[in-house]
Amino acid sequence: MSMPSGPAAMPENLLEISDLAVSYRSRSGVVRAVDGVDLTVRAGEIVAVVGESGSGKSTTAHAVIGLLPGSGQIDAGRIRFGGRDLAGVSERELRLVRGAQIGLIPQDPTVSLNPVQRIGDQVAEVLRVHGLADRRSAPLDAVDLLEQAGLPDPAVRARQYPHELSGGMRQRVLIAVAIAAKPKLIIADEPTSALDVTVQRLILDHIQSLTEAHDTAVLLVTHDLGIAADRAQRIVVMSRGRVVEAGPARQILDQPSHPYTRQLLRSAPSLAVARPTAPPRPAPGRAAADRPLVTVENLAKEFPLPRVAGAAARSVRAVHDVSFSINRGETFALVGESGSGKSTTARLVLRLVEPDAGRIVFDGKEITRARGEELRRLRRRAQLIYQNPYASLDPRFSIGEVITEPLRVFRVGDRASRRARARELVERVALPASVLDRRPAELSGGQRQRVAIARALALSPDLVVCDEPVSALDVSVQAQVLELLAELQAATGVAYLFISHDLAVVRQIAHRVAVMQAGRIVEIGATGELFDRPNHAYTRDLLAAIPGGRYA
Amino acid sequence: MRRYLAGRLGQAVAVLWAAYTVSFLVLDLLPGDPVSAMAAGGLDQAAIEPAQIEALRREYGFDQPILVQYLNYLGRAVRGDFGNSVATGRPVTSTLADALPYTLQLTAAALVLAVVLGGAVALYATYTAHRWLRQLLMSLPSLGVSLPTFWIGLMLVQLLSFRLRLLPAFGNEGAASLILPAVTLAVPTGAMLAQLLAKSLLTTLDEPYVQTARAKGAGRTRVHLRHALRNAALPAFTMAGILVGNLMAGSVVVETVFSRNGVGRETVSAVTVQDIPVVQGVIVFGASTFVLANLAVDLIYPLLDPRIVVAAAQQRSTG
Amino acid sequence: MSQSLVGEVEPATGPDPDRPRHPEPGVIRGAEARRLVRFLLRRPGLVLSILVVALVVLAAFWPTLFTSRDPLLGVPVDRFQGPGAQHWFGTDELGRDLYARVVHGAALSLKATLIAVGVAFVVGGTIGLVAGFVGRWGEDVLMRIVDVLLAIPALFLSLALVTALGFGTVKVAVAVGLASVASFARVMRAEVLRVRQAVYVEAARSTGARWYSVLLRHVLPNAIGPVLVLATLELGIAVLAVSSLSFLGYGAPPPAPEWGTLISTGRNYLANAWWLSTLPGLTVAATVLATNRIARALDGESATQR
Repeated sequence: MSMPSGPAAMPENLLEISDLAVSYRSRSGVVRAVDGVDLTVRAGEIVAVVGESGSGKSTTAHAVIGLLPGSGQIDAGRIRFGGRDLAGVSERELRLVRGAQIGLIPQDPTVSLNPVQRIGDQVAEVLRVHGLADRRSAPLDAVDLLEQAGLPDPAVRARQYPHELSGGMRQRVLIAVAIAAKPKLIIADEPTSALDVTVQRLILDHIQSLTEAHDTAVLLVTHDLGIAADRAQRIVVMSRGRVVEAGPARQILDQPSHPYTRQLLRSAPSLAVARPTAPPRPAPGRAAADRPLVTVENLAKEFPLPRVAGAAARSVRAVHDVSFSINRGETFALVGESGSGKSTTARLVLRLVEPDAGRIVFDGKEITRARGEELRRLRRRAQLIYQNPYASLDPRFSIGEVITEPLRVFRVGDRASRRARARELVERVALPASVLDRRPAELSGGQRQRVAIARALALSPDLVVCDEPVSALDVSVQAQVLELLAELQAATGVAYLFISHDLAVVRQIAHRVAVMQAGRIVEIGATGELFDRPNHAYTRDLLAAIPGGRYA
Repeated sequence: MRRYLAGRLGQAVAVLWAAYTVSFLVLDLLPGDPVSAMAAGGLDQAAIEPAQIEALRREYGFDQPILVQYLNYLGRAVRGDFGNSVATGRPVTSTLADALPYTLQLTAAALVLAVVLGGAVALYATYTAHRWLRQLLMSLPSLGVSLPTFWIGLMLVQLLSFRLRLLPAFGNEGAASLILPAVTLAVPTGAMLAQLLAKSLLTTLDEPYVQTARAKGAGRTRVHLRHALRNAALPAFTMAGILVGNLMAGSVVVETVFSRNGVGRETVSAVTVQDIPVVQGVIVFGASTFVLANLAVDLIYPLLDPRIVVAAAQQRSTG
Repeated sequence: MSQSLVGEVEPATGPDPDRPRHPEPGVIRGAEARRLVRFLLRRPGLVLSILVVALVVLAAFWPTLFTSRDPLLGVPVDRFQGPGAQHWFGTDELGRDLYARVVHGAALSLKATLIAVGVAFVVGGTIGLVAGFVGRWGEDVLMRIVDVLLAIPALFLSLALVTALGFGTVKVAVAVGLASVASFARVMRAEVLRVRQAVYVEAARSTGARWYSVLLRHVLPNAIGPVLVLATLELGIAVLAVSSLSFLGYGAPPPAPEWGTLISTGRNYLANAWWLSTLPGLTVAATVLATNRIARALDGESATQR
């Protein structure tokens, strides 16, 4: 460390990015992704770069180690690190910096390890490349590093291949790779966005404690302001390739000066949990409808696993003994991590998947085994909105065709009246009438999800199943779509079966919540009740894992 | 592992049986009386007595119901007996067996050339930093698959044999006579291989794990060979069956161009005189090269891709 | 990730602040033509390829546009003339103009190619569509048959069919086409399966659409693209296969001009008349290169549409 030179002495800047500009060349021209970005990281501190997709946050981080994807190139600016300008040095010199002085923890652990190389070899490679270990010592060091990264049975794991490890374990391997050469800086690019929430927290805790122990600085790239609030000393907010605001974390969160930051804060669902906003509109009283719209009893579904020759047939229990009911005009949420069976349950209710056992009653009529016309009548009254608005619209259809398809299928009205209905629906989801002639590819994610909502409402159904309807959208768009769903419910009295892994989102919209784990419902109750006084241990785990909690 | 092997072998046998059946259906059931066709093509054109045809018909069993014919033939084929050539009267099996060594020489030499040249072009085209060199190298494979094989052969003969008098144009005497045919045969196969491998390399180089390797500070050569090539070779490797089949088919044309003995030449003369038993033997032979190549791939693949080993191991533990 | 900065290409279309993420926002119909021109200008190789194919098609239907000479009439005095102003491609052993023979040969070669691709497309496409959409045991049976066809090298299968059907351009073409049925069936099935699992197909099903409506309106239009690309690619393969079979002597009987036959006859005069094999061969190569280039362009297009 430097000589003591008075209490006011700032620690030296480890990384100093100034006036950085990065662009991508494509067939349709040059696109500026990062424009005039300034950013500093001091030794040993965690700096979070926060922004929505397309804000240039990842590009900035990758520019530091000269690993821009595809056609990306640095147009201007300096990246000072260790007394040199990394923007100007040769590939050969950059190679000496990568891995040795700056480590990278990539976004998606499931695809970031070489599938045909053993774990241990992949960790040892960093040491070998930089001459930090020889052929004999590298494997032993690798096991050591894996242990430090918190991987159980490191000696065994080192001899395994990536596909034999879970996502969380693979991220620990990548952490071991990143810390192997004891770098001064680690770039963590959305290190947990591909993982389940409970795993997320463990991984972030580990990164934090490891870097604290070695006095390593971290440049944490994330879209989640909650994560930034929990972990970072300083936050840099980016939007459309520029830094809109930067400063100490407290200050950014308490007194955001830029309107964009304020919007981001308002719409960040994880922070909204910490600071409860207006509760969802009250559900209509039971008096309005004396019997529930949907009742599900003891529903079960098993999926056969791919049959392997000679082996006994095996299957997974996706849904096991699930019962609940949904009232008219109510939003009922199913919450759980991936693989909990929540999506399968929704598909069972819609009869898109055949149940193995149990009963489904829709508006007083049993539809568990409905076929043909009976099933089509159900389809007319129960519609579905998908998670991914990029995949759920036929790319060849115009938006008008997409929205009127349910009407055409049920021969409702003639061409002109359907067209009129489409215009009305588009207006209702707050899109201009001009989108009717466009194709899905021309719209943004949020706009497409609005189209999907319009399609779902075309036949004025009683129930709409929303399968993670906002998880593929940016946070600021999420908030708008959720608001729209609530408004439409108030106007039309439609009931929602709302599937989500995101408790924060659920809190904003649901009247009642059921928590699912491994195919079963472990807890069910009114939203406020369940969030404030969770009964089941798993519910408490889920609630504790929501980022942003420390800030509150 | 033994069960995995047995399964693969069973599949191979099933494919061979099916290929035999297809050849039987195509050759014996399609319109046209095989016996008169054989008599017209294979025997002396001058005198074909109805009695002779009748005799042939009996000899080949065409007077029996079709199913009986099929089962008879299949029974003999299983024992390696594909009947006698109509044109020469020799057993089909020994006709092909005599020709096989020449064809094997040719295709083996061509396979080695194709793998070495195609692999080198694909690797270097994706490695080089010079744009012009990359584009030049990348255009070679698409040129290679667009040229008629026999025309490549003729051009090589014209240039190297007639103009420069470097290499013999025809025949199969000595190693020198193998060079031109092997090169000719290697061009389309090598080009196809290079296309496959280059495409697969480019996709692989975009994979996040390649980025991880680069972030470790690994050099370009290391990333290219250790990380990209091993993964990129896998899809190309699974095409081995098709490639070997292509080589066999190409040998038909190449052997004709260079007047070399071999299975291909036998095939051409058999088709010309509609010598059905020989053609049938060739089809089964072609299918068995494909099947053998695929069997070899199935055996080697688990060594290259650990994900397959695990599948096999799981099979073992649960089975 | 960075497309949000493309600038204000799109007028703001509502209260939605997030921008399109799709790299190339699709076409706005008015600008389609201009976009196409720009697309082509940036790809001179593609333009050349389209030109070559156009010339071949023209030659096939109106050979007299290119030459007034008779492809069958020889002038014995003029035999074995090298390429020059008089005879662009030189003359053959009977004094026939090789250029005229190549031009007139286009008709036969194109006809054979189209028959081959047509047979493969219709038969293979139908098998693939049925297999992909019906599923279960029907799919199993069909695809096992296809697997077997794939196991026999295409040329061997064509040769067997030629043996059974007899010689001649049309029969050779049918044989080549049938030998390619398997690859069409595979691609068609794979595409149908891919599209069938697409979320928008389930979405259509969940709105209550009947199966035939789903098949015709969603599955088929979205699945056909790669099959058309394969058909274009198959044009080149068929040209090569037909000319190979002609070279082996199973195609059009002489004196009819056909590209493969021309190369084959030239083989006898390799030592003293190089042009007789070389120039028809170059014509074949140019045609195949051109169709392959076009297929690649179509492939790129259909890939961006997915």
